[in-house]
Amino acid sequence: MLTSPQQVRDGAEEGGARRAVARYALVKLGGALLSIGLVIVATFFLFRLIPGDPAIAYTRDVPVTPEQLALLRRQLGLDRPLGAQFLDFVGRTLRLDLGTSYEYRRPVAELIGDRVGPTLLLVGTGLAVAVGLGMWQGTRAAWHHGGRFDRLSTGTALTLWSVPTFWLGLLLLMVLAAGIGPIPGLFPTRGMEDVDAPGGPLYLLHVAHHLVLPCLTLVAVVYAQYLLVMRSSLLEEIGQDYVTTARAKGLRDDDVRRRHAVPNALLPTVTLVFMQIGFVVGGAVSVEFVYSWPGLGLLFVEAIRGPDYAVMQGTFMLVCVAVIVMNTLADVVYHVLDPRVRSA
Amino acid sequence: MSTTARTRRRAALTRFRRQYARQRAGLYGVAILLVAVLAALLAPLLTDPSGMDVTRATGARMAPPSMDFPLGTDESGRSVALMLLWGARVSLLIGFMSALLSMVIGTVFGIAAGHFRGWVAAVLMRVTDWFLVLPALVLAMVLAAILGGSPFTIILAIGVTSWASTARLIRAQTLAVEARPYIERSRALGAGHWHVMTRHVLPNVAPLVLANTTLMVASAIVTESTLAFLGAGSGQVSWGTMLRGSYDWGAATSGAWWYVLPPGLCIIAVVLAFTLCGRALETVLNPRLRGAS
Repeated sequence: MLTSPQQVRDGAEEGGARRAVARYALVKLGGALLSIGLVIVATFFLFRLIPGDPAIAYTRDVPVTPEQLALLRRQLGLDRPLGAQFLDFVGRTLRLDLGTSYEYRRPVAELIGDRVGPTLLLVGTGLAVAVGLGMWQGTRAAWHHGGRFDRLSTGTALTLWSVPTFWLGLLLLMVLAAGIGPIPGLFPTRGMEDVDAPGGPLYLLHVAHHLVLPCLTLVAVVYAQYLLVMRSSLLEEIGQDYVTTARAKGLRDDDVRRRHAVPNALLPTVTLVFMQIGFVVGGAVSVEFVYSWPGLGLLFVEAIRGPDYAVMQGTFMLVCVAVIVMNTLADVVYHVLDPRVRSA
Repeated sequence: MSTTARTRRRAALTRFRRQYARQRAGLYGVAILLVAVLAALLAPLLTDPSGMDVTRATGARMAPPSMDFPLGTDESGRSVALMLLWGARVSLLIGFMSALLSMVIGTVFGIAAGHFRGWVAAVLMRVTDWFLVLPALVLAMVLAAILGGSPFTIILAIGVTSWASTARLIRAQTLAVEARPYIERSRALGAGHWHVMTRHVLPNVAPLVLANTTLMVASAIVTESTLAFLGAGSGQVSWGTMLRGSYDWGAATSGAWWYVLPPGLCIIAVVLAFTLCGRALETVLNPRLRGAS
């Protein structure tokens, strides 16, 4: 088959574009690795700002002789030069050896492993609901912008957005879990499961029942941003020529929205989901604490109270790395999906 | 300052005041803020600080509102209304100061990143992006836990973790200002980096900084209350520590609404007020927004 010059040129352009994307991804990957390196360095030096030193922190409640303290310092490697300590720290962190918890007397990596599941469940469900709700309301608000639904939904979302997460949690706890006045308590007040949790398929229902309030709180506080971004990016599309063309072709209003405008407006919202993951994580910490949800956030807050520096350090690094990875992913995916960004 | 400059400045100020007065929401914001700040400042004059002392509290534990205690009492018999008044001092002070700190860091980073080229700008932006991406609340908690709890350390923790978005904003504005011809003229006349940054760029970005700082105070107050609630408090009674107390003593689950609702409502009122003021300032100071509305 003969290839026309046009096809050859298209092929070359495509190859060039793919190479450009690959180069972009590599640059972003390099940046992410640098950021992660910065997190490790910052963690090392931050946790050396603690008044006193880790040995004193470890033996807070225990009477120790100076000799025992010296021994502990040697065991913790605190008597070695700072450079050697730093290299040691980096090496151990890269091997996922995050030290031992003072409070639980268990390796931090193991503790974190136990807590990841509940957090993923909470954040995952919360994000899915929030994104769905935000996109649906944002689309509807933009399509009939200025209308009653627009004003109502935008106003509600903004109000909930400015409420402190933990306080909203306390309110829901007071009204829906403890019950107030004639309203009975509908949901459990704490945890992911009770001691008498049923087995089998009923267990899922049991956990879901516990998940309702934490999830509701998280959704209420974070969905506003998806709504607003979806609304504003759809508003931008509504004025575009292709939407007018679609209407002029005689398409139904629903089709213009679903098949033409929304797909184009979707991209910024989808990217935002990943970009704002740090904010959602912050919200999840408060929510987990209020409802004693046995996730990473609760582990982190309890470590602050301890203070259990090893746990604090481990969870902090994990959360930071997770957020950086998500952001980089969002950057690259955005670049791949949106040709407008690619050419810029 | 010459007389002409002074008259011109006074005229600008009057114009600004007149335009701000047209922003109804902004006026509501100012009114709420005046009440809150006055209450916080006058607390020592109006009330007896001994009521804040746990050992000298006179009320019953967790008593519902009554004549003596208009908003009930907390777990050790202190008046919730009194604590609200004194808590306003800490919450507002930490909110103001950390927003100020955040604004200073953000402005310095933003102007420097926009003014300089090459590796300096690259490094500054890298650092800014790093702070922008990391979960600010988690970082602030770590800082507060490590530095220990005092109003100063909490201000530091919030200020250091919240400046990145300001820096981005200021950088963009700096780039726009530096592209103007008069900067080039100034350079040609021998102006150095310092002169350009402080005499030309800073006055041009200042309105933006002002509006942004007002909005920043709102989020700083929420952050302070969240930190205090999660146990990284300043060691003094603020609205956040009150809510932590209410949580620790099961006020929410035992129906003691007078201990849960008022501190939260105060936070929301003040946050709303700062947001309204910030938006109004933005509208007045940003000519593009003014034209649109």
